[in-house]
Amino acid sequence: MAMLEIKHLGISFGGLRAVDDVNITIEPGALYGLIGPNGAGKTTVFNMLTGVYKPTDGQIILDGEDITGQSTVRINRAGIARTFQNIRLFGDLSVLDNVKVGLHNRYPYSTLSAVLRLPSYFRQERKMDYRAMELLEMFGLDKLYKVKASNLPYGQQRKLEIARALATKPKLLLLDEPAAGMNPNETQELMDTIRLVQDKFGMTILLIEHDMHLVSGICEQITVLNFGRELDSGETAKVLNNPEVIKAYLGD
Amino acid sequence: MSLLFSSHPLLKIFGRFKNKGQKQNGDLSLFCAQVSPGFDLQGVCILEFITYLIRGISLGSVYAIIALGYTMVYGIAKMLNFAHGDIIMIGGYVAFTVMTTLALPSYLAVIAAILFCTLLGVAIERIAYKPLRGATPLAVLITAIGMSYFLQNIALLIFGSDPKMFTSVVPLESVRFYYDGSGLLGVKAFWTGAADPVLPDKLQNADVLTISGVMIVTILVSVAIMIALMVFIKKSKTGRAMLAVSEDKGAAQLMGVNVNKTIAITFAIGSALAAVAGVLLCSAYPTLTPYTGSMPGIKAFVAAVFGGIGSIPGAMVGGILLGIIEIFSTAYISSQLADAIVFSVLIIVLLVKPTGILGKKISEKV
Repeated sequence: MAMLEIKHLGISFGGLRAVDDVNITIEPGALYGLIGPNGAGKTTVFNMLTGVYKPTDGQIILDGEDITGQSTVRINRAGIARTFQNIRLFGDLSVLDNVKVGLHNRYPYSTLSAVLRLPSYFRQERKMDYRAMELLEMFGLDKLYKVKASNLPYGQQRKLEIARALATKPKLLLLDEPAAGMNPNETQELMDTIRLVQDKFGMTILLIEHDMHLVSGICEQITVLNFGRELDSGETAKVLNNPEVIKAYLGD
Repeated sequence: MSLLFSSHPLLKIFGRFKNKGQKQNGDLSLFCAQVSPGFDLQGVCILEFITYLIRGISLGSVYAIIALGYTMVYGIAKMLNFAHGDIIMIGGYVAFTVMTTLALPSYLAVIAAILFCTLLGVAIERIAYKPLRGATPLAVLITAIGMSYFLQNIALLIFGSDPKMFTSVVPLESVRFYYDGSGLLGVKAFWTGAADPVLPDKLQNADVLTISGVMIVTILVSVAIMIALMVFIKKSKTGRAMLAVSEDKGAAQLMGVNVNKTIAITFAIGSALAAVAGVLLCSAYPTLTPYTGSMPGIKAFVAAVFGGIGSIPGAMVGGILLGIIEIFSTAYISSQLADAIVFSVLIIVLLVKPTGILGKKISEKV
């Protein structure tokens, strides 16, 4: 069974048809790319997948469960986590606390037990610390756990965002332009990180990217969007050589 | 001379003064108006100063507790809850009803006030503010002002406009410090309803500094609340969720944080604090009317802005400073001008440091 099935997905904002009839199927463990010129509707698709926008048409099925139009919190619990095009870490919180926010739903204890400082509170907090440090270690951020997130260098902020998203224990990870604003070295390092996530967690990943080096380097399959519609999809190398796709990117 | 000073209306509140102290502090004599030569007034001046200071800290602690509620709600829900001050008044009436009408002990009155206000705060949020999430801030602000008048008028309808005399919930009437020229001789606690402690001979003729029990309790309670709140926010999951929501509601939601629940908890905590503030305020200033909460509410809001709105230590610092400024202005400048001075200080602070004393600098990325 596919991890994610998007069927005839579409959304209109007033009279504007932002996304129309998009179909994507992603197999478990796959690394899938979503590309297209600016304004093609890529982030809008992400926003529908995570429940920020309610789709006007179509269906989103995650691991056999229909999650179309559900709230962001429910969808997150169902197993979709994301990072953002413009980094949206909790800048005033420490690196560790950022990850712990991601762990919020995975280690339940009641507010009351925190107020009364019951044993369950300490137990769960310890488990959270342990799990969070484990994640940070994987991304080489464990030594920086006390640092305020906004004080991290850009590349590490990107990594922390991925770590925070993974903390919610997703089945599907959405990366929105992870390489935006990175230099070639950082991009290379990021590609390694993404592969690591794919291997170590067996994670299914869907990413939006403009950096063709990254896309052709790690994505197995891609879909190209243009003006909210699918232009082409399939094997990365094949799609990138499609004259229509090149035209959409470079103009006539 | 001691007669002259103890007849000062403000000093009556603090206790009796006998002029024997030989404290040395030249600077403080600045606060002493018109000292005639030949009188030893320095001791009295220092005492006066200390009692004003304690009274200021105590009043400021009440402002701080209220300001904590303002600042938390603002920080997390990004709205100014102008009904916050009136929750104080409701808390006062609940405690009053439990103590006077139902004739139950005062600790039950405090618990009842806290529970009632917590539920009230959550209900107000659910009914009046939650439907407006995502509306313009102005609409929410006007709703909050409406809610404030609504609560005042409900209280007016139920309890009438005549002031109710509130009996203090603090059984400790006062703590008296006995001293003479050589230093502190002893400390005695006076409990309400209990026989006064027998004074040993050496204290019989000593000078005495009286601090009312309500003030002491107010200061201790506010410090305890602030520490507990900071630990709760820093160390618990809910606290982290609050910080996350306060920074980026959208991102927090996408990380699985239930924003509505987090905001409801914030209102619950803020309203519980308002109830505590209400009970303490009415214990110190025992007349209770439907408008009791509005002025302290506004001043606490000023304190929150003064300290840096959104910051918990800021609310504490702002509240206490505001209380001290208010009492000192009343005592040393003019009781009529006190409020004017308080608000002028706010204006000056905001001109120099627009984000308040402990507020964060907001730099927008271009």
